[in-house]
Parts: sequence; C-alpha cells; structure tokens
Amino acid sequence: MIRCNVLAYVLRRIVGMVPTLFIIVTLSFFIIRLAPGSPFSSERNLPPSVIANLEKKVHLDEPLPLQYLRYLGDVLRGDLGYSTKHVDFTINEFIARALPVSMTLGALALVLALSVGITVGVVSALKRNSLMDHSLMALAILGISVPMFVIGPLLQLLFSVHLGWLPTAGWLSSRAGGLTLILPVLTLAVTDFAYIARLTRTSVLEVLRSDYIRTARAKGLSQRAIIWKHTLRGAMLPVVSFLGPAFANIVTGSVVVESIFDIPGMGRFFVNSALNRDYFMIMATVIVYAVILVIANLIADLVYAALDPRVVYE
Amino acid sequence: MRKFLQAGAALLVLALYGCGGTGVDFIIVNATEPQSLDPHLVEGVPEHRINMALFEGLMANDPRTAEPIPGIAESYTVSEDGTVYTFKLRDAVWSDGVPITAETVVKSWLRILNPETASPYAWFPAAFIKGAQDYLDGKAGPENVAIRAIDAKTFEMTLVGPLPYVLGALTHYAFGIVPIHAIEKYGKDWIKPENFVGNGPFVLKEWIPQESIVVAKNPRYWDAANVYLNSIKFLPTEDENSAYTMFIKGEVDWITSVPVDLIVEARKRPDYHNSAMLGTYYYIFNNERKPLKDVRVRQALARAINRAELTEKVTQSGQIPAFTMVPPMSGYPGAKKFTESVEEARKLLAEAGYPDGKGFPKLTLLFNTSENHKKIAEYIQQQWKVNLGIEVELTNQEWKTYLETRDRGEFDIARAGWVGDYQDPNTFLDMFLIGGGGNDGKYANTEFDRRINDAAKMRPGPERFKVLEEAENLFIYQDMGVMPIYFYAVNNMIDTSKWDGWYPNVMDFHPWKGIRRK
Repeated sequence: MIRCNVLAYVLRRIVGMVPTLFIIVTLSFFIIRLAPGSPFSSERNLPPSVIANLEKKVHLDEPLPLQYLRYLGDVLRGDLGYSTKHVDFTINEFIARALPVSMTLGALALVLALSVGITVGVVSALKRNSLMDHSLMALAILGISVPMFVIGPLLQLLFSVHLGWLPTAGWLSSRAGGLTLILPVLTLAVTDFAYIARLTRTSVLEVLRSDYIRTARAKGLSQRAIIWKHTLRGAMLPVVSFLGPAFANIVTGSVVVESIFDIPGMGRFFVNSALNRDYFMIMATVIVYAVILVIANLIADLVYAALDPRVVYE
Repeated sequence: MRKFLQAGAALLVLALYGCGGTGVDFIIVNATEPQSLDPHLVEGVPEHRINMALFEGLMANDPRTAEPIPGIAESYTVSEDGTVYTFKLRDAVWSDGVPITAETVVKSWLRILNPETASPYAWFPAAFIKGAQDYLDGKAGPENVAIRAIDAKTFEMTLVGPLPYVLGALTHYAFGIVPIHAIEKYGKDWIKPENFVGNGPFVLKEWIPQESIVVAKNPRYWDAANVYLNSIKFLPTEDENSAYTMFIKGEVDWITSVPVDLIVEARKRPDYHNSAMLGTYYYIFNNERKPLKDVRVRQALARAINRAELTEKVTQSGQIPAFTMVPPMSGYPGAKKFTESVEEARKLLAEAGYPDGKGFPKLTLLFNTSENHKKIAEYIQQQWKVNLGIEVELTNQEWKTYLETRDRGEFDIARAGWVGDYQDPNTFLDMFLIGGGGNDGKYANTEFDRRINDAAKMRPGPERFKVLEEAENLFIYQDMGVMPIYFYAVNNMIDTSKWDGWYPNVMDFHPWKGIRRK
C-alpha cells in the first residue's frame, strides 16, 4: 500500500516536471534574446553580408516565434543543436563529455563534504561550547566565507608549488592521472562541508532538546542508541532539504573550480556561453541544470519522507 | 580486515597514478578551446597557433621576423602594375598523399568566400581579390572571382589594386588551403582526428574538447626534415594564474600571457620574453557629440595625460606609449608624434571655451569590464581631473553589451584596441574611412579618405608610405580623431635556453617548424 503510494507520488511529480521545464525553456529562450549584442558581434564589425550568412546557417534570420518552435521540436527529439562559438562538435557531444566530468568531481566533493560535515556537526553538537566545538565551528565559518577562488590557488601554491606533491591543474586522462582530482575535489567540497557541518550541529542540538529524546533518555537507552537511532534520523532532515539544490549545483560544475584547475566540465559553459551570446549553448546549460535540479529535489523529498514518518504522500 | 585495507590502498594508488604518462614533446597553454580547427571557420589568435601546426598557405612566416616566406608556393612573380600574382607551387602533398595542386588552391579560396560557408573571416580575402566581394555578397557567381589554375602547379590571382601587403596576408588562415577531397568525403567531420587531412608540419592526432589537442609530426610534409618535435599538446587552460604556476613548475613549456599581478616577478626570470606587438590601445572620441566635436577639446584630452607613467606604473607589462596610431613598423617612417603638455592642453581647452575646465559637461568613458581597462580608465580620469579640471564618469559593460553600445555610437569616449592583420600601416588606418568597419567614433575627413584610397592604388615603396604618413598625420596629429594610448606588448614565457627556434617578433607568430630542444 505504502509502496503503491510512493510510486503514484513519483509519477505525479514526474508529470509535474514537464510544465515546469517547458516554462523554464520558454522563458529562457526569449529572455536571452533581450541581451544586447549577438553571437556574431565582434570588435571589427563584420560586413552585413557575412553576418547574414552566419545567421542563416543557424536560422537566426527567421522570425523569433518560428525559431522558438523549431528549437522546441529539436529539443523534443533530443537535439540541442550547435554552438555558435565552437562549431566542430554538436552541443550533445559537448555535454556528453563535460557532464560526466562535472558529475564525477561533484559527486566526490559532495560525498567528502557530507561525511566530514556530518561528523564535524555531530561532534560539535555533543561537545557544545567546548574548545573543540568553537574551533570546528570557526573552521566552518572560514569555509563559508573564504571564496573558492582564494582556496583553490592557495591549495595549488601549497601542494603543487611548495610541496610538489600534486599537479597544478588538469584532468584524469592527461598528465598526472587521478592525482589531479584531489585539489579540485577539496576546493569544491569546502563550502558545502561548512554548510553541512553548521546545519548538522544546529539541528542535532535542536533534536537533543526535543521530547522524544527526553523520553528515550528516561527509558534508560544508551547514549549511543540515542544519538545513532533517534537523534541523527531527525537531525538529518534539514541537511536533506539542503542537499537537493546543493547536488544540482555541484554536479553541474563550478565555473571557478573548473577554470582554476583546467577541468573540462560543464561549469565553463555556463559563463562563457552567456558572455559569447552562444544562444543554443546557453539553452542547453539551462536545460541540463533544470532537469538535474528537479530530479535532485524529487530525490531529496523522497529521502525526507523516508526519514520522517510524519510525511505522507499526497 | 587488514589485508582488505591493504588491497584497497593498493587499488587507490593504482587508480590515482594509473592513467598518467603523456609522452608529448612540447606542451603549450593555448588559453582557450578553439572555435574550430577548420581554417575557414575561425577568427582568433589561439586558433592561429594551432593552424600554424596543421596547415600551410601559399606563404608561411619567417620565425624571426614573421615576414612572409614561401610556403606551399615555391616562388612567385608579380605583373608590372602589381595586381596579378603568379605562384609556382612546390611538389607538396596532403598528409594522405594526395598532391596539392593549383586547383586545390582555387577551390579552397572559393570555399571560404562561398556565402554558404559563412566564414567569419571571409571579408579578409574579399578585400584583396578581384570579384571576391561580389561572390561573398551573393551578387555574382564564383566564376567572377579572379583566381585560376593555369596548370597543375601554377596559380594566378588578380587583386583589386596593387596591395603590397598581400604576401603577408597570404599567411593568414583566411587564405588557408584545405583538403577539398577530404571535405567532400567526410563533410563537416573532416576535421576530426580520425578523418583529418592537413598539409602543415603536424597532423591532428587527438582532440578532446575543453581538455587537450595533440598533434604529431607529419612525415609527408614537404620540409619534414626541418621539423624537430614529434608531438605538441595544446591546453585550453583559461586561468592565467594556473597557467603561470604550471609553467613555473615545468608542467608546460610555453605560456602566452602572464597575469598582471605577477609581471614584476616574471620580469626577473630569464624565460620571460616581452616584445612589442603590432597593436594599439586607444580611446575613441565620439566625433559627432559636443564638446568632442571640437578638435581643440580632443587635442587637449589627448595631450593632458602622461603615457610613460601609465605604462610604467599602471599597466607594467612593457607597453610603449603611443603618439601615433600605427605602431613602429619596418620601412614605414611613422607619422608626426603629438606631444604631451599639460600647459598646452589647458590653453586648448580654454580656447575651446572651457578655461580651467569650467562649464565642461560631464562625459562618460566606456570600457569593457576588465581589471586592466579599469585601472587605465581610473588613471586617465584622475589625470584629466588634476590637469584639466574636468570630470568624466566611468562606465563598464560586459563585452558584447559594450560592443553593441560602441556600434550604436552611444558613448562619449570609449576604450578600443586593434591588432594588425598584416605588417602594413593600412591595417590601422583604413577602418577609419567614412563608414569604415571600426569607425565607431564617426571620424570624417575626406582628405584622409582620399589619401587612403590613393595609397591602395600605389605600388609598394617609400612613395606609398609617404601618402599613408600624410593620412595618419591628418588623422592623429591634426584631427586627433582617436586618442592613441599605448602600443601593445606580449608576454610569452618559454625557456629559450632549452628550446631553439623560437623568437619574439612583432606579429607574435611562432612557426612550429623550427622549434627544437637544444
């Protein structure tokens, strides 16, 4: 019965994604055309004949509504078209290469951030107001406030230039192999680690003060059972809500980390395509991000429901 | 349990080190992912570096001076009036063994001019070859383009005038010769490593977008005996700081820029090469707006700043103060330089009706968002304020927005830069013709136009340079149509005690052919 409910719920949510994605695609398609400039504007103004040829090639010469319908049709067939900036590969090919890279990096960073973050949060909460708590939380504040473009180069300076242990930049298949993963994963994990640690600490403290924990203590349950079985389960709820969007963010790539460590992921496309007015690439990044975000949110909701018995599928 | 852990650790180590090892001879940080490797579909400098490895035009570049030297063409003759060039092709073949004929050259150039190719640089050959512009514009067919194959090894082209800089232009990828037979066979995918056919010293071996491009020596290149590297890897690393760190650590062999913050440090190193470049950084005056309409105001603004201080203290990368539009160039005597003088600038401003800057409207200074442009704009803003008593407001816009604003002429003063396409003053001047492609400030002087157009019909030599010099004197010394600030410099880092065959030059062209380990 419950399982049936879950299935129905998931199906309903998936159906619900379609209009959401449709609205996102439609709005983005028209909004990006409002930006001044075009994919083909450059410092030496190209002759009108050349611009006309370039536009014709990617159908930018057609009326906007027609372009929109054409694009919608292409997307439904799974064809994201061609970039106006990098013309030798299709956008599908670019994404097929870049997304797994960002996902690998993001997943590793998220696992690291989660495991360290939760541990630190729980320890801090249990030893609250101790020296350990204060230093761990100071570390977390530092992690939130120091931006990645500072952490990344600092790590490079330390581990690559001074100690010489790790390569400066690059990706798996080139140069130093898997060692290239370490610094970008660390850099990428720092911010999320800090959030998760603080979030965990707060919610563990809150749960520890709640009635059912008091009851558990009164029943004479061991500290270990109280923490692992009762507290953590409840305390994880805010972390799970945070994880949905955090996952979508981290696996679609970080512009900063990918640029500093020269990683061939999705992150660069987000900024470069916007700067280049690379309309179809912008659309592709928006679609990829939106799809991952709605799926991640769905998964987060499911996990949330599994943890919290009060949630019912409706 | 311990065994399990040990096995796990061993696996991890294997995984981490497993896929290392590169085995390429030379690694260059090429700053960005190329738009394409097809010579007819590109317009950038990183693309040019790759193109020099994979393709060769009728003419190639001398590694020391970047002057044109014979490439696929062995020799050439020029008609009396300087408009008809006849090239004798050498016995060169494509990397798949197919001979390169005069017919290949004809078909290649018709390809870039074909409106359907939609090449961003098609305007370049169209500006040289008779009948090419009409074909590009769709007004006439390819048969009207004045290029032809006289026989298998003889190629002839007729120019729109005796353009003496055409040989330098022929080294450009817009005049690239491409393997028509492979393009017909594979279509758009001819440029992928598995299908690739080229005629340069190297062939494409591996291309992982956003990650790396590897080229390997082409044994069928006509001058393969003088190609020393077996392979080159191009990295698209965008972050200048990371590139610099990689270079310092010896992970790469050549980086083509240095972060501004590290210039002082880099300058102390023997592998740092700073050289003047064929490019000008300047401010555009909106010649149609008050008060910039008044030449005295333009003169006052241009003469009131201290360019030496700007380049030494602010930009710090070896730039050269500019008092003309055209950078120093061999053979060209150079136009009259204006002088900086706060006193005279104040006098001119007073004559224009703004003594001590009183009553001068607040102008805006537009630049595209960048730390470097901002520093320069702030310095100049300060100088104008202190020296002339006038206020300007700084506005920065993101690149494409800035281009659009400039194009529409919606600015008072705008930052601009221009890098020459070939070594001739014309490339810095003809864009300021009335209605010219880069004339966003609407500079208009029919006398200037007459001289530029006259020079286009003259034979090379001192007389032609004299006419161009007169034009430039009108444009800058007399009219101050734009305000030159400095000539660009490039910062390369490559250890020339280790690598032979690499030389700094004004075009910043570095043919791969002669580069070798000492």
